[in-house]
Amino acid sequence: MSVLFTGIGVSPGVAAGPVARMAPPPEVPAAAAPTADAAAETATALAALEAVAAGLEQRAARAPEEAAGVLTAQAMMARDPALASKVGDAVRSGRAAVTAVAEAFAGYRSLLAAAGPYLAERVADLDDIRNRTVAALLGVPMPGVPDPGHPYVLVAVDLAPADTATLNASTVLAIVTEQGGPTSHTAILAKSLGIPAVVACPEAAGLADGKTVLVDGVEGTVTVTPDSAVVRRALAEQEARRMALAGATGPGRTADGHPVQLLVNIGGDKDLTAAAAADAEGVGLFRTEFLFLDRPAAPTADEQRSVYRRVFEAFAGRKVVVRTLDAGADKPLQFVTTPGEPNPALGVRGLRTARRHPELLATQLAAIAVAAEGSGAEVWVMAPMVATPAEAAEFAATAHGHGLPVAGAMVEVPAAALRARHVTAACDFLSLGTNDLSQYTYAADRMASELADLLDPWQPALLELVRLTAEAGRAAGKPVGVCGEAASDPLLALVLVGLGVTSLSMAPVSVPAVRAALALHTLAECRGMAALALDAEDGRAARAAARR
Amino acid sequence: MPERVVTIGSKVGLHARPAALFVKAAGAQPVVVRIGKPGSDPVDARSILSVLALDARGGDEVVLFAEGDGAEAALDELASLISRDLDSPDAAGGA
Repeated sequence: MSVLFTGIGVSPGVAAGPVARMAPPPEVPAAAAPTADAAAETATALAALEAVAAGLEQRAARAPEEAAGVLTAQAMMARDPALASKVGDAVRSGRAAVTAVAEAFAGYRSLLAAAGPYLAERVADLDDIRNRTVAALLGVPMPGVPDPGHPYVLVAVDLAPADTATLNASTVLAIVTEQGGPTSHTAILAKSLGIPAVVACPEAAGLADGKTVLVDGVEGTVTVTPDSAVVRRALAEQEARRMALAGATGPGRTADGHPVQLLVNIGGDKDLTAAAAADAEGVGLFRTEFLFLDRPAAPTADEQRSVYRRVFEAFAGRKVVVRTLDAGADKPLQFVTTPGEPNPALGVRGLRTARRHPELLATQLAAIAVAAEGSGAEVWVMAPMVATPAEAAEFAATAHGHGLPVAGAMVEVPAAALRARHVTAACDFLSLGTNDLSQYTYAADRMASELADLLDPWQPALLELVRLTAEAGRAAGKPVGVCGEAASDPLLALVLVGLGVTSLSMAPVSVPAVRAALALHTLAECRGMAALALDAEDGRAARAAARR
Repeated sequence: MPERVVTIGSKVGLHARPAALFVKAAGAQPVVVRIGKPGSDPVDARSILSVLALDARGGDEVVLFAEGDGAEAALDELASLISRDLDSPDAAGGA
């Protein structure tokens, strides 16, 4: 008997396979009783630590260099002689192995935490080792992304950015999360890896390891123990859809030939080959945070230049829009972010960090300019979190001063959309970041899954701001793109084009479907859909109106 | 007891990569080496957690102690390691 769960489909595709759950951190039982033999108890604890260290070293051997360094350091922590002696002391004072381990870790945790933000990442590393050791001692599944040894459907409460590093796209068939919304990390990660995903599916909490499920990332459904006929049909439909999409190639055009640039979003230099192979006119959003995260100081101009150069060369002959450092809020940096901001999403983030650290922006723009020189790519730069025309003008002047001829502003703050005419006049182009723009328009935290309906990119107030921005761009004869998740929904892409948007940037996996949708509709039809969506009461109604 | 006072050469301090390199080198010595900030209780230099918890920043002074056969040579080697910038890419050879 099959059962159907409903969530929100956030990454297209259909897949079926056995469930493997991401285990939560293990709880240490309050009443763990020690055996009479302290020596044996200590040996048990140390063996668990050693097993965790060996596991980390195995993972390090398979990991890319930077991740390998962290994993090797974690293995050293698990083998720390001072930690081992603390465990021994605790056992001798009557603790069970698992309690002794938890206490020893807690002691070092508070020492490291007391040292301040410099060691925050090491505290997270330590917590991970502690959880692994406790899980090993209790005989419960290891916390974190599972590795059952065969392809599986990953089921989790939600995914954190840290989980993304260890996710293997070749063994994860689909992702289902209980929480999360259309702009959550899970959605972005799944889309960038081309893995079908359903989020905001609370019923997934009841899915046990090994259960077979069919996940439909378009419809947002999860079928538990589906009939084999159902699985066959769904996979065949998926294959037919894939073949149909593969038929459409070349630059984006509406049915009547109105050009819409289709671009890809990239977040580093790792997935470069796949991104460059996408049939797209370039990169609409090159996120540069990855260069700055997880390190105590900013990368040097030389280091930045060589990474930018690799990206530009991969896209020689095409456009690459580089977004300058977008730190703060959910992406804190040790050397930029002030800890303890009462409201980080409204704090010193995005371009605002240049108020305190103008040298970071100057170094980055200089590195981009040098890397662009002779690379063959058409390099544009844009600033995140611009709120005023003055900010846009200052950024553009700085970029131009570094020899970068095209400098734009991201429209993520409602103030910038409302004053789009002036912001457009102050720089060379605009790019709508719909994820943050919806967060700020609806005053709804992007990470709050309970508010997913408010963050729906179909919400008419968001579309209204897109319209204002696109109209300002058209009046000034300057491009206005969209680089948020909204651009990757084929139906919404039509509405955005109808509102006047000139380019759409998305995960490479989403490009074919958007291209196919454009090819089937005229610009006049897109405008008609946009008018209906703007007239709707809410996001759900807007989607329904556009679909008619 | 033989000791050396050293200024930390790594800008990031005795954290992350420099800490790992130092602890690894300390573990390879024939004698037990201890490290501390001046005036405070030194800790086992083979313990990455204890070394991290010192929270020794770039430019800070630390004191190394060791006793027994080979203590002087061990201190010389570790002192020279700490005084270098271990976070620069070309420091890898020193590990």
